[in-house]
Amino acid sequence: MAKVLMKGNDAISEAAIQAGCKGFFGYPITPQNEIPEYFSRRMEEAGGVFIQAESEVAAINMVYGAAAAGVRTMTTSSSPGIALKQEGISFIAGADLPCVIVNVSRCGPGLGGILPAQSDYFQATRGGGHGDYYTPVFAPSNVQECWDMVFHAFDVAEKYRTPTMILIEGMLGQMMEPCEMTKRPTYQMDKSWCVDGNADKRPRNTITSLSLYAEVLEQMNIDRFKKYEEIAKNETMVDNQVKDGDEVAIVAYGTPSRIVLNAIEELKADGIKAGLIRPITLWPFPSGEFQNLPSSVKHVLAAELSMGQMVEDVRLAVNGKLPVHFYGRTGGSIFEPVEIANKVREILGKGAK
Amino acid sequence: MTTRIIFSGYGGQGVLVLGEIVATIAMKKGKHVTWMPSYGPEMRGGTANCAVIISDKIIGSPIVLSEVDILVAMNQPSVDKFLPKMSQGGMVMENTSLTTKKITDAHVKVVEIDATNIASEVGSLRVANMVMLAGFLKNLDLFEMKDIIEVLEERFSGSRSKDLIPLNIKAIEAGMK
Repeated sequence: MAKVLMKGNDAISEAAIQAGCKGFFGYPITPQNEIPEYFSRRMEEAGGVFIQAESEVAAINMVYGAAAAGVRTMTTSSSPGIALKQEGISFIAGADLPCVIVNVSRCGPGLGGILPAQSDYFQATRGGGHGDYYTPVFAPSNVQECWDMVFHAFDVAEKYRTPTMILIEGMLGQMMEPCEMTKRPTYQMDKSWCVDGNADKRPRNTITSLSLYAEVLEQMNIDRFKKYEEIAKNETMVDNQVKDGDEVAIVAYGTPSRIVLNAIEELKADGIKAGLIRPITLWPFPSGEFQNLPSSVKHVLAAELSMGQMVEDVRLAVNGKLPVHFYGRTGGSIFEPVEIANKVREILGKGAK
Repeated sequence: MTTRIIFSGYGGQGVLVLGEIVATIAMKKGKHVTWMPSYGPEMRGGTANCAVIISDKIIGSPIVLSEVDILVAMNQPSVDKFLPKMSQGGMVMENTSLTTKKITDAHVKVVEIDATNIASEVGSLRVANMVMLAGFLKNLDLFEMKDIIEVLEERFSGSRSKDLIPLNIKAIEAGMK
């Protein structure tokens, strides 16, 4: 199939439609505005529903309703908008409903700015809302992967009945790259649990996150965490490019991982060997990769557009076996390859360039 | 082989779509490409730019902050901003209708195109961006006229701008003279 030059935001939108998303509920915020704009144009001919809700809170609760009815559904926003949706995401997790939430993130805290950042890592990977729950988080690093990941995020959501999240920075949402718009077969979910109007032909279904009895709710939480164990076992994704002989493993995700690749090239020209570990799922984090690093690796460097969030997962994964270093930029500033290369030179006791 | 290009000008001069056209042509030739807009907070009449990378290999960072091989500068602020970022032997294509200072830097090749005035003569100021494409055709080996026409027809034939395709082609031809 011929490739089309398209924005990450547009790739996500069209992929969702091709993946059978029939309910999109959103609210405007930069830098994700192309997504609701795209759905507003395309959803009617695709036979679905597009609603620009009155607020982020309304949008996520419309997703809750559509998911309860067994509809493939999605919402998108950017950092502070995702913060507003967290109550709803917690309810959806508590009700074991499938949906996809996309965060085209910007810098914070607060209103912050509209430039790219990765400072929503904690928000995305630690549940974000209240209560004991996780959402699987996918972090593509190019437009093609944005396309592919939408299909996958819907499938994982329905297979395990859980909200899933796609986390990209504003950069990837805004940039254009060639994308092969391949339609993939999608997971066919059993819908016997849905509240889709049964006309008394089967016992009534109830969808709720409310449970007032300790022993019942505890068991629900325990069961949900068994599901999370399954997800961790089956759905963890990583692009590990570390080779025998590499002295430093650099951990980065999303578009910044591509800047790291340039830094690795630059270091190679200097005779310094480093390799990239790119988590594709941020939760579950690919901790196992850090247990089997080549013995040549003496240092691990986490590079992210934040004050240091993913680095905590890297430290947990490395578990004290190797020194873990951090390099980050924030507030919408983006590191250049030379900054990462210089950090590696510093770690190895070599002069910066 | 990797070519790093910046298209820069005032908002409304069509620098983003110009970059998109060049990136699309390169994609159709089987190259790896990235197109990255500056999407910071800008006001009407402010500056706009996009970075296009064309490469034979997979592209890492899509950001172009230095080592610019080709600068397409539609106004003076664009020259001022990006001239210091040029690579050794890079090419600056400047819209001399709207630039005021002669570029004297020895490390770059300068291509002067009177784009806004030519566009005005052709019939619309809005095709000044297309006139700049003549700079590519005359001085570089990246693509030919037929590649541009093919992309213009694909990109705009379904839109309300389709009647403007002949004007765009005329603008490029005028720039070639």
